[in-house]
Amino acid sequence: MSNSNEFKEKKRLTNPPQTVDIKIQRRDKLGENAYWETFTIPYRRNLNVISVLMDIRKTPVTKEGKQTTPPVWDMSCLEQVCGICTMVINGRVRQSCSALIDDLLVSDGGNTITLEPMSKFPNVRDLKVDRTRMFEHLKQVNAWIELDGTHDLGPGPTMSQETAQERYAYSRCMTCGCCLEACPQYHDDNYIGPQAIAQARYQNMHPTGKITIDERLEGLTQEDGITNCGNAQNCIQVCPMGIPLTRAIYETNRDITVNALFGWLRK
Amino acid sequence: MASNGLKIAIVGGGLAGLAAALKVAEAGHEVDLISVVPVKRSHSVCAQGGINGAVNTKGEGDSPWKHFDDTVYGGDFLANQPPVQKMCEMAPQIIYLFDRMGVPFSRTREGLLDFRRFGGTLHHRTAFAGASTGQQLLYALDEQVRRFETEGKVNKYEGWEMLSLVLDDHQVCRGLVAMNLQTLELKAFYADAVIMATGGPGMIFGKSTNSMTCTGSAVSAAYQQGAKYANGEFIQVHPTSIPGEDKLRLMSESARGEGGRVWVPRNPGDNRNPKDIPETERRYFLEEKYPAYGNLVPRDIATREIFQVCLEGSGVGGENQVYLDLTHIDAGTLTRKLGAILEIYEMFVGDDPRHVPMRIFPGVHYSMGGLWVDFEQRTNIPGLFAAGECDYSIHGANRLGANSLVSCVYGGFVAAPSAIEYAKNVERKNTETNGIHAAELRRQQEINSQIIKNEGSENQYKIHDEMGKWMTDNVTVVRYNDRLKATDEKLVELQDRFKRISINDSNLWATQALPHARQLWNMLQLARVITLGALNRDESRGAHYKPDFPDRNDEDFLKTTIAEWSAEAPVLSYEAVEVGLIEPRKRDYTKGKAKAAVTNDSTAEKGGAAQIQQPGSELKPQGREETWVKEGRKIQEGESFKELNDKERERGEQ
Repeated sequence: MSNSNEFKEKKRLTNPPQTVDIKIQRRDKLGENAYWETFTIPYRRNLNVISVLMDIRKTPVTKEGKQTTPPVWDMSCLEQVCGICTMVINGRVRQSCSALIDDLLVSDGGNTITLEPMSKFPNVRDLKVDRTRMFEHLKQVNAWIELDGTHDLGPGPTMSQETAQERYAYSRCMTCGCCLEACPQYHDDNYIGPQAIAQARYQNMHPTGKITIDERLEGLTQEDGITNCGNAQNCIQVCPMGIPLTRAIYETNRDITVNALFGWLRK
Repeated sequence: MASNGLKIAIVGGGLAGLAAALKVAEAGHEVDLISVVPVKRSHSVCAQGGINGAVNTKGEGDSPWKHFDDTVYGGDFLANQPPVQKMCEMAPQIIYLFDRMGVPFSRTREGLLDFRRFGGTLHHRTAFAGASTGQQLLYALDEQVRRFETEGKVNKYEGWEMLSLVLDDHQVCRGLVAMNLQTLELKAFYADAVIMATGGPGMIFGKSTNSMTCTGSAVSAAYQQGAKYANGEFIQVHPTSIPGEDKLRLMSESARGEGGRVWVPRNPGDNRNPKDIPETERRYFLEEKYPAYGNLVPRDIATREIFQVCLEGSGVGGENQVYLDLTHIDAGTLTRKLGAILEIYEMFVGDDPRHVPMRIFPGVHYSMGGLWVDFEQRTNIPGLFAAGECDYSIHGANRLGANSLVSCVYGGFVAAPSAIEYAKNVERKNTETNGIHAAELRRQQEINSQIIKNEGSENQYKIHDEMGKWMTDNVTVVRYNDRLKATDEKLVELQDRFKRISINDSNLWATQALPHARQLWNMLQLARVITLGALNRDESRGAHYKPDFPDRNDEDFLKTTIAEWSAEAPVLSYEAVEVGLIEPRKRDYTKGKAKAAVTNDSTAEKGGAAQIQQPGSELKPQGREETWVKEGRKIQEGESFKELNDKERERGEQ
């Protein structure tokens, strides 16, 4: 066991509580006022935020014993690849499927866990938000390869494994919205944000994608474009997939500058 | 560009649905794409390992025919062979197409696509993008479909769930009715053809490796309206998944490959910390029963044994879980060889498997069965097509790893032109104006109103839990006729209790209670199809195993099970399988074992573990343990567990 010292054994709850309080920000409908409700659930060792919500949904009774409506939230893969279950948990934006109750109690103390919807998107109901605009951003930057057609034209261009790996890092973006939630510059959709910039970069790095780079950069030089970035670098801190978002912004800025300087030569 | 008047509705926005949408839009026709979640969040994202296609860039003499043979053999000869052959022929083109779309596939030094080996084959046939190939392929199609969306050829209805088909007096499909999951608004979609691409029904088993959207609800609705459902009883179960309170997550079999030992406390009531249980009080049940291979028994045997131990009540803490123990191995070695998969366990369980034994249990993973389709992806309902996991056509009795992604795209690529061809020729008559759409919409509205009005004492989530438990206990790994009968009776009881549920949500805006109730009813219907199909099939084949009928019986059961809805119970019939191209032979992988090739794709997966496969790991003939143990050999000193076992990890992991 010579190497076992490399690993710090995870800190666990030494005295697990009998119950855990889950404080949820509720909203009955888009545009209505938010309010809070607290639920108490029996502690179990392997709970995550999703299973707690499933428990509450079965018999929605508040801590005070009041019968209420079941909280609404989005979930799908529960493996942190679909991005849909993102919410703000104890003040931090993240996916609820990978948020373990034990970890939260250890890191934040107490026995209350607070759940809120993301604040930068329309709040449909309770913890559910509408992130349609993120997909609209992808349209704005033409985040695709201009394919001639799906008929058989043989393989694509050759590429080094290094480039493939670099692109792979960007291609893992699951449109969860953590970067926009954490970005101090992003409010009411005034700024296209790191997600779309990174997806433009992802396509621009591809030999075929590069052919239409101008169209993508054009999408990023509009009023809500890349210049809104304030370099707070929060996005890269919260990205659950570890996408090099700040690098995408830097490199895209460079591409835009080069394009502005030399673009006229090509006309 | 205006469409030339044809409209195709596609239900489901995973790989199959987007593949179909792309083909329809490219042909210049209009698509209504209906999906319960934004299409980019579909279950296809969960597929990890790769996509098969005999591109033969490694000079191994691989060919589509060999891919075809492996697929048919792996499926225990239950698949009709012509579409499987067609898929295998199309597979290299599909991979190249994704390459052109910019999928970041792993590369060779020459900059070409790299291929890895997967279960059930001796060839490097699997293209892969890191450890998340499904996610990358789905995103590539999502990007292309978005491009057509900006051109106005694809109308997305995301956050809408299909409730029923619109059928005319002649049982011809003329569209569908769907519900907006936010407003509960119902809308009738007129369509010249409908393509179903809604994925699998894993939620019927309560917890599975499937996404929460995989209810099979829309497929069940079509079945209840007359669509035939085929081979429902064939459900693939993965031996090692991580049981969670919310779902099951895959644990790669490379953990056993690296020397992981499976055990339970000898005394079932022993609740001590596993580290405090001495060796003599541990029951290494695989090693005890199969001394030759121990923990490295093939996937189907491992699945069955783990399942059986838990069914007897010997699972850890009396629950459905056993230990998969790596703690006897040096932690540094584990990190080096299994880092990525150990991180997954840590992320979702919170324990470090280097220090605490993992808890695992088999998990329902994939449905080989689905809507009956012909070789052009047409269901028996004119105007209704199906593609992907929701159709039954490719995988027979058992699916090979890395074949699911290719079958989804193939299905979509065949269904789309087939639907267009149909739509061009179908007579519309006055179906747009004769009121059948409005009538179906009213019928669905009434069902909703009835459910909302109900004030019964039953809880729908508890009924779902009960269904899941019964199905998991009795209709998965090991099947006995008496238990299957009891399960069917239970399902009938649950259907009756369903009528007394109260949805418990006075706020109907964006409620999830009503959609879940609709899904639950449909799942209960499909659960009976799966259960009765299993009851009727007195043999063992592929994923279907009955200890009382341990052998494959081609004489009586080399047939497709077909279920048709009736109010009392599914009506089963059987259809001959088209096996003209490859003569059915006994499935026996033990022979090739010694030849297991070793490859070393350092880039293959996040963990960088070598991808090595042992032919026959998963696909050993069912019900022949005894023979197999006799034929087995002891693992030689110095021979890495990994060599024997890594091959297993990829197979079927998606």
